[in-house]
Amino acid sequence: MNGVRKVWPPLLMLAPSLVVLAVFVYGLIAANFTTSITDNHTAAQATGQQPTSFVGLDNYVGLLATDDFQHSLMNLLLFTGVFLAGSMVMGFMWAWILERPARGEGLFRAVYLFPMAVSFVASGVVWRWLLNSNQGENASGLNRLFQMIGLDALQNNWWNNITFGIIAIAIPAIWQLSGYVMALFLAGFRGIPDELREAARMDGASEWQLYRYVLFPQLAPVALSALVIIGHMSLKSFDLIMSISKAANYQTKVPAVDMFVFKSSFDYANSAAVGTVLLVIVAVVIIPYLWWTNRKENTR
Amino acid sequence: MKRTRVLTTVAGVAAAGLALAGCSGGGGDGGGSEGGSGDEVEVFTWWAAGTEKAGLDALVEVFDEQHPDVEFVNGAVAGGAGSAAKDLLQSRLQAGDPPDTFQAHAGAELQDYIDAAQVEDVSDLYDEFGLTEAFPEDLLDRLTVDGAIYSVPANIHRANVVWANPGVLEESGLDPAAEYASIDEWIEAMEAVEATGKTPLSVATTWTQVNLLETVLLADLGAEGYEGLWSGETDWTGSDVTASLEHFETLMGFTNTDRDGLDWPDATQQIIDGQAAFNVMGDWAEASFAEAGFEAPADYVYFPVPGTEGVFDFLADSFTLPVGAPHPDGAKAWLETVGSADGQTAFNQAKGSIPARTDADTSEFGAYQQTAITSFAEDTIVSSLAHGAATPVAMLNQITDATSKFTTGASDLATYQEELAAAAGE
Repeated sequence: MNGVRKVWPPLLMLAPSLVVLAVFVYGLIAANFTTSITDNHTAAQATGQQPTSFVGLDNYVGLLATDDFQHSLMNLLLFTGVFLAGSMVMGFMWAWILERPARGEGLFRAVYLFPMAVSFVASGVVWRWLLNSNQGENASGLNRLFQMIGLDALQNNWWNNITFGIIAIAIPAIWQLSGYVMALFLAGFRGIPDELREAARMDGASEWQLYRYVLFPQLAPVALSALVIIGHMSLKSFDLIMSISKAANYQTKVPAVDMFVFKSSFDYANSAAVGTVLLVIVAVVIIPYLWWTNRKENTR
Repeated sequence: MKRTRVLTTVAGVAAAGLALAGCSGGGGDGGGSEGGSGDEVEVFTWWAAGTEKAGLDALVEVFDEQHPDVEFVNGAVAGGAGSAAKDLLQSRLQAGDPPDTFQAHAGAELQDYIDAAQVEDVSDLYDEFGLTEAFPEDLLDRLTVDGAIYSVPANIHRANVVWANPGVLEESGLDPAAEYASIDEWIEAMEAVEATGKTPLSVATTWTQVNLLETVLLADLGAEGYEGLWSGETDWTGSDVTASLEHFETLMGFTNTDRDGLDWPDATQQIIDGQAAFNVMGDWAEASFAEAGFEAPADYVYFPVPGTEGVFDFLADSFTLPVGAPHPDGAKAWLETVGSADGQTAFNQAKGSIPARTDADTSEFGAYQQTAITSFAEDTIVSSLAHGAATPVAMLNQITDATSKFTTGASDLATYQEELAAAAGE
């Protein structure tokens, strides 16, 4: 009796969010999956005017077998790889520089963090102009800038390259998120007590050894969090790509864009299948992380 | 202590979010519960700016005169040349919360809504308002699906028009008044322009490339062969289509390299600024030249895409009566105004298109519009691909994707033709 009384109040408190989660997250994931295993490919089927039937994993097999979807997945992989590496390296470098109290540190911190305050759509429009693919006489944006400073050889067609074009779109993404990674790392640096550094120095550690054996291990959890946050943002990227390029442009297709195009073609089954593929990819990144942090907390 | 504060903030934000969601959910059907079925009409369009907005305003003025007892509610959604509006419309129809009437391109684009039983047959209204006699027969044929008509066209646009800068043409040693009988002759002219270093043909993002593609197909296959592509009578894999796609490939070779990042006004602007010689675009481009203060034929010239003389590649904005509209009588009043001679005159004069009715007063229309009106009355009418008149949305999306793949260089001509044939279901 006493035990029940202790369990009820917290459960009551949690109930609203549990219900909302169950319906709007897990319920909709289930609905999405059930749509993806039907042949719901037309507007008439979507509204129930014509019957849909169960087709198993045919939509998935069909999608993964097409060159176009493989191209989208490849683009996603390239984009995520470059975006992750770029924002981690930049963010860490900035944090490392600002970590030692320097003059104007607050100003620089704000300057680096600012891009994050801009929405992807707004910055996307500006970057579309900067990343104009014209070269030579008609060049504008970055290509024109390269000409002005005499680096003509650096001109390129940016996101209009069929294979590597998507990497050009990672540039604005890195520009926007590096400051955030910097903030995470700065917090990590600040969380390391000065006593540890002093102790290491007393023991005769060189500056490199201090970083290698004292500071970096302490920063590992921060780095992992940053990786997961940036990683899943990158996998879900849609707004930035759509504002720089267009849904129909082959060179910048990613699964999220495919999902949008299928949806606007009233092909709900394939759209749902792409959605599930994306969810699985994100889960592959997130679940090991959750598992790892959970286990660490339990052992503590 | 800190933790509780964070939790309260999170809870507060969540509660605010729920409250907002509740508001927006309630807003949608707020109008439906009060009063009768004809005291207002929510008109859903993507006419939110420029000449389109001006046209809508002019139409509303006529509507207020003809139906003073019905309140006009503007449901315009801006963004993405209509794609944002279509996206929202799709969800609203799906959720059973349709506007009273919505804008859609007349023709095959309506097919999905018809199949989904989301729009009503308005053939009765055609009889009631006397529209059957007022619209040309060619147009009625293209609006009729299995003996029924599902929308009332407000205007007519022409997609197969070339806009050119006479200054650039003269600089290249070309006569601005010259007429080109075929795509081949046109290509020769472009070579002359290319020699001067200017862009021979300006084009923008993928849908404008599809617009170019359809006019090339129309020029090479003729009106009948072109229409056959959509009815299944013309073989997509045939050698005549291959030859036409080769023309398209050549023409794309003359275009600006930054095309995929531009939209149609940017491509038209290149003609105005004298950076490019030719541009193929629907006749809504006329408004851009008018805005720049240009006069034809001194500042710009226009002619049908070479090889399509005597053919009118049409598209039309039309209004529908959705199933389950909260104010069907209001919607009917709106459709009456849209179809009326006064409504069509006011709307089209402001928007720069031409009336679908043959008896509307067009005496005050501009010079380009007068030529379009003559052509529309005399020419063979065919349906535009890029603007949803010729095919349902799904097929157009597939053709668009294949075109992007081809023009970026990711597929060769044979693959392109195969993908087009596959999109057409062959």
